[in-house]
Amino acid sequence: MIATPLTTEKKVSLQLLHLYPDLLNLYGDRGNIIALSRRCQWRHIEFTIVQASLGDKVDFSTIDIVFMGGGSDREQTLLFQDFKAYKGPALVEATEEGLPLLAVCGGYQLLGKYYKTQEGDEMPGLGLFDAWTEAGKNRLIGNVVARIPLLGPNITLVGFENHSGKTYLGSSETTVPLAQIIAGHGNNGQDKGEGAIYKNAVGTYLHGPILPKNPAFADWLLTKALERKYGKGQLEPLPDLWEQKAHQSVVKRFS
Amino acid sequence: MFPSPRLLTALWLGKVAITVNRHIGHGGTSLPGMVGRKIAPQMLSSLASQLKKGAIVVTGTNGKTTTSKMLAAIMEKAGLTLTHNRAGANLISGITTAFIQSASVGGQIGSDLGIIEVDEATVPSLTEEVKPRAVVVTNFFRDQLDRFGELDKTVELVKKSLQKLPPQSLIILNADDPLVASLGVKHRGPILYYGIESRSYGNKDMSQSAETRFCRLCGKPLQYEWYYFGQLGHYHCPHCGFQRPKPQVRITDIELKGEEGSSFSLETPQGLLSITLSTPGFYNIYNALAAIAAASHMKTTQSSMQMGLEGYRTNFGRMERLDIGAERKAFLALIKNPTGCDEVIRTLRQNEGPKRLLIMIQDNAADGRDISWLWDADFESLEQIAPQLQSIATSGLRGEDMALRLSYAGLPAQKIQFIASIDEAIASTIEATGPGETLYILPTYTALLAAKTTLTRLGYSPKYWEE
Repeated sequence: MIATPLTTEKKVSLQLLHLYPDLLNLYGDRGNIIALSRRCQWRHIEFTIVQASLGDKVDFSTIDIVFMGGGSDREQTLLFQDFKAYKGPALVEATEEGLPLLAVCGGYQLLGKYYKTQEGDEMPGLGLFDAWTEAGKNRLIGNVVARIPLLGPNITLVGFENHSGKTYLGSSETTVPLAQIIAGHGNNGQDKGEGAIYKNAVGTYLHGPILPKNPAFADWLLTKALERKYGKGQLEPLPDLWEQKAHQSVVKRFS
Repeated sequence: MFPSPRLLTALWLGKVAITVNRHIGHGGTSLPGMVGRKIAPQMLSSLASQLKKGAIVVTGTNGKTTTSKMLAAIMEKAGLTLTHNRAGANLISGITTAFIQSASVGGQIGSDLGIIEVDEATVPSLTEEVKPRAVVVTNFFRDQLDRFGELDKTVELVKKSLQKLPPQSLIILNADDPLVASLGVKHRGPILYYGIESRSYGNKDMSQSAETRFCRLCGKPLQYEWYYFGQLGHYHCPHCGFQRPKPQVRITDIELKGEEGSSFSLETPQGLLSITLSTPGFYNIYNALAAIAAASHMKTTQSSMQMGLEGYRTNFGRMERLDIGAERKAFLALIKNPTGCDEVIRTLRQNEGPKRLLIMIQDNAADGRDISWLWDADFESLEQIAPQLQSIATSGLRGEDMALRLSYAGLPAQKIQFIASIDEAIASTIEATGPGETLYILPTYTALLAAKTTLTRLGYSPKYWEE
């Protein structure tokens, strides 16, 4: 149960929107949804999932968290028009108002200003993040350990990255890196930044998937969603036995 | 043909490397080939060109080892001698090692047929060096994406190498996998398709691990009438007209018999055939079907096909039965990608008795560095058999990640045990397995090699390079 009951008579519930589950489903991304779902279930928070793909309409007023995974270049091209025309603008509007969002890899790239291909063509993005992506020659692949100040001074984020696009963040205050690389490449392999955060919207290159092994980050998303919906978002702590062991086994490799 | 001095030197050094490796207790399936190729880069092509009936190449994500071993069993019954990378080392150096081993000290290959299992990424260089008479493609699933990048790229890579084959080379394709069948579109050489017509197994819903719901040719959604597993099934594209090709080698009837295996009937260009397979798992029916398709291309007799497959026993960690004494059963089953893993779980769930589980996950280069796939596999279905699970252990370099995965799959976190050492994990779980219980050991590739060494030492399994 939530430590401070929000209301005694009403059941606490959250609804997650999974965008393009049939196209953006690479690298264990669905583990993020499993993690959010279980962590709610263990706390007796009702958790429902709705999906929206090509041609589907979304009413963002019923949505508490959004998840977008990664996909191949080919699959991203398939959904791009639909996203740009139908779901993207409403999604940007809702995130401006604090809707928590987690976008991994391909999803993250689509939410930047543009994606520039090897040939120099620019594919415009949604512009939610003050960021842009350029196709690189080599893929950036491997385990990642990074510091995530958002969660506390000594909290680490672990995951696995696999991307050829290099993402750069603008200098504006509105979009900052989610984390600072300790081991691995991150956004572009140069500036030590990993991911981006703007309000409660997060983009990241971390697969793994990111949430099960970073339970504090999963709980941050849930807390933000509860705060937005109920005004309060304190979560009951969980034992996190295997979460911490799996997390530490990666951290230990790089220390 | 007289081999060049350079080839002979390469060959002899390779043979010495094989002997030394075995002597010190390693499988040594790659190093000798690597050494040989350094000295004589052309050695594989010159050895392979001596095969009297040429070579058949087997590639695809899952089922390469089993399909090529089943084909080898059939061909041996047909009286052919073989050069075959049996130990499953399927990169160019491992394949060269198999040829070094098969050649005489005078540099002659005496065998009739080559059966070569090859990693998808190695297909281009292999088909260039060994001009195969036929290439079998089993299926495409996500596997080691850290190495291949994206599945689309793997499919494209294989497609390009198939286009460069000699014009008379046959390609043998799984009609039920739209990713594989798409390789046949616009292919100029001869094609043989195989597939399952029977609808007694499978279902109308798509599984989590399906790789695509979209047509590879036009990008619009595919329509399915029937699924077997993953994206395998009966499909067509209403938009561009791409559809499941009618297979020439096709299964018309199937009966699954749990751990006892299965029996099925099929139609081939040579006539009707019934097979009893003692190897469990629905996916092994596809492997047998692929092997039959290749054998039918060789004009092999039906009795050789039957005898070869009926005598076939799985080994090398493909639902391999281990001898751990009377009244206790143990199976070793490689898992390395979501679809393969789902099929192993589906097979073990058919056993209704008490069972124990040991899952060993590593992330060495040969396993794939990325273990995200654990979250795409359907470990949730284990929750339904939780009461039968006497113990659940994990091990290996990423055993803690596996324990985490199982706890999110709904298995009680306290019931899960992590044992860091593979040696200790195997010894203690075998020890704990009581009469009437079945132990399932599910390792990734390098964990399988480690498990084999441990099992040999404990007296439960032969040396893997001798199988």
